[in-house]
Amino acid sequence: MNLLPYTLYLSFAGALLALAVGHRSAAGARVVALLTALAAWGLTLAAAFDFKPAPEWVTLVDVPWIPQLGIHYHLAADGISLTLVVLTGLAATAGVLFSWNIEERVGEFFAFYLALIGGVYGVFLSADAFLFFVFYEIAIVPKYFLIANWGSTHRQYGAMKLALYSFAGSALVLAGLLWIYAGGQASGFGLDELTQAAASLDRGGQLTVFALIFTGFAVLAGMFPFHTWAPTGHVAAPTGASMLLAGVVMKLGAYGCLRVAMPLIPAGLAFWQPVIAALAVTGILYAGLVALVQDDFKFVIGYSSVSHMGFVLLGLAAANPVAVSGAVLQMFSHGAIAGLLFAVVGRMVYERTHTRQLGELEKLPLHRLMPFAAVVFVVAGLASMGMPGFSGFPAELTLLIGTWQFSPLFAVCGAFGVLIAAAFTLRAIQIAFFGQAAAWVPCAGGDAGAGQAGTGDSADAPAHAYAPLTWPEKTGALLLLAAIVLIGLKPDLLLNWIVPSLQSPALRAIWGGAQ
Amino acid sequence: MNTFSYAELAHALQPEIILADGAVLVLATDLIFGRRRTLAARLTTSLVLGALTLLGALVASVMVGAVGGVYGNQFVLDELAVASRAGVLVLALITLGVAAGAKRPRHPAEYVALILFATTGFTLMAAASHLLVAFAALELASLSLYLLAGFDKERRESAEAALKYFLFGGLATAFLLFGFSLLYGLTGELELARIAAGLVQGELTPLHGLALVMVLVGFGFKAAAAPFHLWAPDAYEGAPTPSAALIATASKLAGFTLFLRLLWPGLRGLAGDPAQALGQGGGWVTLVAVLAGASLLLGNLAALAQTNLRRLLAYSAIAHTGVMLLGVAAADAVGFGGLFYYLFTYGVATAGAFGVIAVLERQGGCEKITDLAGLCRRSPLLAGCLTVFVLSLAGIPPLAGFFGKFSVFVAAFQAGGVGSLLGQLSLLAIALSAIALYYYLAVLKQALVTAPGPGAATSVRVPPVAALTLLLVAAVIVLLGLCPALVLKQF
Repeated sequence: MNLLPYTLYLSFAGALLALAVGHRSAAGARVVALLTALAAWGLTLAAAFDFKPAPEWVTLVDVPWIPQLGIHYHLAADGISLTLVVLTGLAATAGVLFSWNIEERVGEFFAFYLALIGGVYGVFLSADAFLFFVFYEIAIVPKYFLIANWGSTHRQYGAMKLALYSFAGSALVLAGLLWIYAGGQASGFGLDELTQAAASLDRGGQLTVFALIFTGFAVLAGMFPFHTWAPTGHVAAPTGASMLLAGVVMKLGAYGCLRVAMPLIPAGLAFWQPVIAALAVTGILYAGLVALVQDDFKFVIGYSSVSHMGFVLLGLAAANPVAVSGAVLQMFSHGAIAGLLFAVVGRMVYERTHTRQLGELEKLPLHRLMPFAAVVFVVAGLASMGMPGFSGFPAELTLLIGTWQFSPLFAVCGAFGVLIAAAFTLRAIQIAFFGQAAAWVPCAGGDAGAGQAGTGDSADAPAHAYAPLTWPEKTGALLLLAAIVLIGLKPDLLLNWIVPSLQSPALRAIWGGAQ
Repeated sequence: MNTFSYAELAHALQPEIILADGAVLVLATDLIFGRRRTLAARLTTSLVLGALTLLGALVASVMVGAVGGVYGNQFVLDELAVASRAGVLVLALITLGVAAGAKRPRHPAEYVALILFATTGFTLMAAASHLLVAFAALELASLSLYLLAGFDKERRESAEAALKYFLFGGLATAFLLFGFSLLYGLTGELELARIAAGLVQGELTPLHGLALVMVLVGFGFKAAAAPFHLWAPDAYEGAPTPSAALIATASKLAGFTLFLRLLWPGLRGLAGDPAQALGQGGGWVTLVAVLAGASLLLGNLAALAQTNLRRLLAYSAIAHTGVMLLGVAAADAVGFGGLFYYLFTYGVATAGAFGVIAVLERQGGCEKITDLAGLCRRSPLLAGCLTVFVLSLAGIPPLAGFFGKFSVFVAAFQAGGVGSLLGQLSLLAIALSAIALYYYLAVLKQALVTAPGPGAATSVRVPPVAALTLLLVAAVIVLLGLCPALVLKQF
């Protein structure tokens, strides 16, 4: 456990090293990035083996940082943060593998990439609100440059929109934290100290502050109606960055809601609970329906991310241990699944076909040209729909059972979201991979590309010209698939960490406050 | 303590003595030995002598330390004065580093000497605790700065900048002097401690009000607070780059120190209650808060529309002034440490940004923001340093600019409470910082994302001294951002 802080030191050091190496050799920067991500992931797994589930936080480091304001450099971990740092390691490693084909300014790419990862690790391990905020902001700026420099469609627009949304959200959080600190005369920014200070605010103040902080974090979690940065940002981002964005960065927002907003002001949660749940359900259904009519393959995945993050928010809003354990499991599950979906769409398919329009992909017999990609996407799609045997199923099931305890109505609405997810996922699979499969017959002479159905521009290119999948793509996909199946078959692995942590004093105040 | 000992005065003012002597030395050396040398050699000599002088003054000011009131309390060397003197000396050193990378002035010795004279004024402003001393120090600094702004005699813009700066500055000085005379008339004293004793807490007659308004108009001009900011964009744009850096940074730090001392220990009786700045308890805190709000709004919104890099920096400076003024209004409750940290780190980052502009200007020009296009390919060093400076100005942790703003917001909330005028202005400032990110990112977008334009120089050669300065400045920003306690514990 005590090695966990090195995940973030390693990531920042790796960022500098990648920058230094990248000027000379692109391959060197890739190797540095891969080794850094692997090493940090290894540390999280080592910590996981070492971890004994308990309600209390395990303090990793605690030294005074800015004593004048009572700010500590305080890193700690419990089962929830452990789940998420393991996810971060997984997503980061897979993301590096899927960014292997970046050719331009490789050193800088991985420097920004690893700095982002370092910030994410920092957020998941912070036990001091100031520190939490600092890491949260550190994670924002690299996203802008990753997207603006190496992205595709409308990259500068998408990058700026994402950065401004994130920063506006964090401004709300900052305002709320300062309000508690000054208004409650807290002695420091430790989460415990702030909780006490928040309790001394008057009711109006508590409700306002909760709204500020929760909304601020929920922007990054993609809560309706503040979700619009997510699809454009995901689509504009390069594949590795999309995987990180959907895989871990959106989790930062949800984690902030769970770790900071909810325990600080249980009374605020109790008051706003129905509103949050209603917005979450709206997000699930709305984003799902929008995903159903998208023409751009990546937008389908982008909106599906928003829809799935709606489930996380619904679980948090239900505010009981069952629902929240489902929400945390869903964070992990969605992190792996969304990463995989973006990897298939953005890297495997788009880099070869150079189109993401479903109408054009339909004319390509992708399931034959890229069988591996098709299989991976189908499996990830099934997992995304919540098929038993994959991680999405236990997560959404637990979550909806918990939500039922809070309000059957919201649970039923949420369950409709699962149906819609099945609809848009199946539609995407069918059109993109099996579009006109029946009409397509491989020609004996090996002239496979000009299939009979091939009338569009893209189909004129000889299909066998598509480069075969490279080893980093296959490895990355298999890693994520393994995690999805493993958690699908044995969700206990994570639930054994998560459930005891839900009985920590800070979170018990919520279960008390919300009932 | 209330004695007039010249020995004590000479001891306490060692840094100023060194600075003035150094300036004369620079001029004399150039006059005697510089006749037949090239311009580059003369500039190098002057810069080296100037830097040694500044370093000597820095050492002297640290050695003298916080000795309290000096020479009948006409100077006060408290923690703020010591920190502020060191701060302006460091900023002046950075300015010399900027000058090393900038276009060469035609009269290098005079240029460096003027920077030293201005710095003398700044260090005196930092310690002055007497209206006349303060005024004399302010004038020494201002007159040097007017000359520095107009030093590039070949460019019309430089002359325009100097004239505007001079006219506005002169007007402000007149207001300030009028305010001082009213204060003298009301209390019969010139020394701040005695003025404070002569004021009755909360007694705010119309005459007191007039004195306050006059003083604050002068302050507003000096600090470039809206609505007295009009000179700033033109001066930043037209003045030679090192001059602009000095005006934007050291001058600001010294000015804020001077007025902080004038307002809080001197006019505390007229401050009013920060928690009820809008109600009956109003005083100068209300006025400062109004200036702060106007500066925040105007600076941030006007910066969005800028295409010229220096004008952008000027409006961003106005926005930062707004936050600093909030800090001034709140400083009494929480001490001066956080505000000083903010002023200093802001100065360092801004001086660094001007340093980057200076290097670019010498090779191909850097007026519009789009002139930065492709900087990361033309010079990774400049692009990296600029990224640090701009992100620090934008307030992104872990760089120093973040904690500076943060500490001011904490102070404002604590001084007035969330519902007070100060608290609400802090909320406004936090909201506007999200907007500010847009224009800061627009700068970085050019530098790091956009491809270089067809006419741009392919690679930029950075003079070694300028490179060293920029790297040191970036290191200071990162270091202070990671360890704000290094500065805070001095208070």
